[in-house]
Amino acid sequence: MERCRLVFSGSGGQGVITAAIILAEAAVLHEGLNAVQSQSYGAEARGGATRSDVIIADTPIYYPKVLQPNVLVCLTQEAYNKFSGIIRPGGLLLTDSRYVKTQRKVDALQRELPMYRSVLETIGKPIVFNICMLGALLSLTDLVRPESILKVLESRVPADFLEMNRKALELGMRLGESARV
Amino acid sequence: MGKTVRFVQGNEACVEGALYAGLNFYAGYPITPSTEIAELLSLKLPQRGGKFIQMEDEIASLCAIIGASLTGCKVMTATSGPGFSLMQEALGYAVMAEIPCVIVDVQRGGPSTGIPTHVSQGDVNQARWGTHGDHAIITLTASNHQDVFAITVEAFNLSETYRTPVILLFDEVVAHMREKLVLPEPGELHTVERLKTAVKEGVDYHPYLPREDGRLPMSDFGGVHRYNVTGLVHDMWGFPSTEPRVVHGLLRHLVDKIENRAHELARFKEFHLDDADIVLIAYGSSARSALHLVEERRRRGERLGLLELQTLWPFPADVVRTRCSRARAVVVVEMNMGQLLPSVKLAVERPDRVFLANRIDGVFITPADIHNILRIIQGKGV
Repeated sequence: MERCRLVFSGSGGQGVITAAIILAEAAVLHEGLNAVQSQSYGAEARGGATRSDVIIADTPIYYPKVLQPNVLVCLTQEAYNKFSGIIRPGGLLLTDSRYVKTQRKVDALQRELPMYRSVLETIGKPIVFNICMLGALLSLTDLVRPESILKVLESRVPADFLEMNRKALELGMRLGESARV
Repeated sequence: MGKTVRFVQGNEACVEGALYAGLNFYAGYPITPSTEIAELLSLKLPQRGGKFIQMEDEIASLCAIIGASLTGCKVMTATSGPGFSLMQEALGYAVMAEIPCVIVDVQRGGPSTGIPTHVSQGDVNQARWGTHGDHAIITLTASNHQDVFAITVEAFNLSETYRTPVILLFDEVVAHMREKLVLPEPGELHTVERLKTAVKEGVDYHPYLPREDGRLPMSDFGGVHRYNVTGLVHDMWGFPSTEPRVVHGLLRHLVDKIENRAHELARFKEFHLDDADIVLIAYGSSARSALHLVEERRRRGERLGLLELQTLWPFPADVVRTRCSRARAVVVVEMNMGQLLPSVKLAVERPDRVFLANRIDGVFITPADIHNILRIIQGKGV
């Protein structure tokens, strides 16, 4: 596979770091791929734009950070303002249409999806916003199989919350499917 | 059955390695970026019948594990630069009293409380000379989680074999990033158990009387033998002595048992050194950026190689000299102002061809940073 570098960004509490860990763990444990995940710590991770980097590849990964993401996810305006410039030409920019107003064209496939609104309308719990985002990403990129994400969710999420996460993933996948080119 | 594969932070790889090696006593005071080590062990050690104690500070932490080690436990503590500073007195005591123990320092930016959440490799010389007096020390590091696991096991093995504190010098990048760890099966990696004295109860035990191979068998403190342990210069009974012959003998023993074995203690990895014009020397997370650059530039015909050091102290001078003998330039990559650089210069035949590629601003050095410096060294400009 082509090496994929992803940056998930948003604000603290939206679950972008958790989503990054789930994706990378799914790639390693259930797809037999290599992945590394890292995140920014400290003052910049509390309030302001938070960020987590993931690299997925079938070859060894040495330098673990992402300088130019193929896939950039921005879940807040601040994150978009801060990171939209680093996307690799030809990459994918995924934003949430409630939180982010895209201002300029980047040399990338831009997808603005109503992920937050859909989660609130159909599930009613914003806590699974990040899983919905992962679902949309899976439909747009085929990075890992949805079953692999579900296996990770089963091992991480308390049983009572699993169904809600499954729904959020499927919801995201449908949103992503509708936005495929 | 397939092996257990995990997706973990470097700190967790260290914890798993320590448990594999037989860790059963941990005392520490949490500090970023080492906190996950304490957090995970506070859960896992009691589940296995081990002991976890959160101490009032790092001085007490190291003192507690020294005491526990004397009673027969395999022990560890973990900290970062500020805590490691506090540990220096007790570290010297462990060197002098020859107490096996493992001290993890997950480096962050210093001096003082410095820059807690950012990467640095500024404690390399503190690990070597932080405690006072002539002494030798073993300091190990690693750049990926599989190696973090293995080198942690190795740290316990060497501390037991040579009755010495061993310092594991990790850094924020490796400690916090997540990647794959394949857990070795029991017995897959060699583990060294405590060498206990064969001296029976009721017979005098000389705690500091070496066997013919130089090793010092131990007797669990508080068990069947009464003996003295002190930070003062001591004789074979462990009692203080100012006898010049004893003083000289002890200091030579403490230094020689490690420095004379620098070659066999050298743990390192080689990448594309056979025909390398330029040899990079790196360790810890810097080695990840260096290897990234080496693999990338090899594909474009540049003859770069990497010597990744896992043993920092005793400095593996022979390894460095032989691996660099044919290089036009040697570039030491570290995230400090060149703490390992002088040792490399001393080891090689042409010290004028040794250069530093570094970053000291809390930002993880990138392959491009190293490449830019290489171009300048080669006179190619930016």
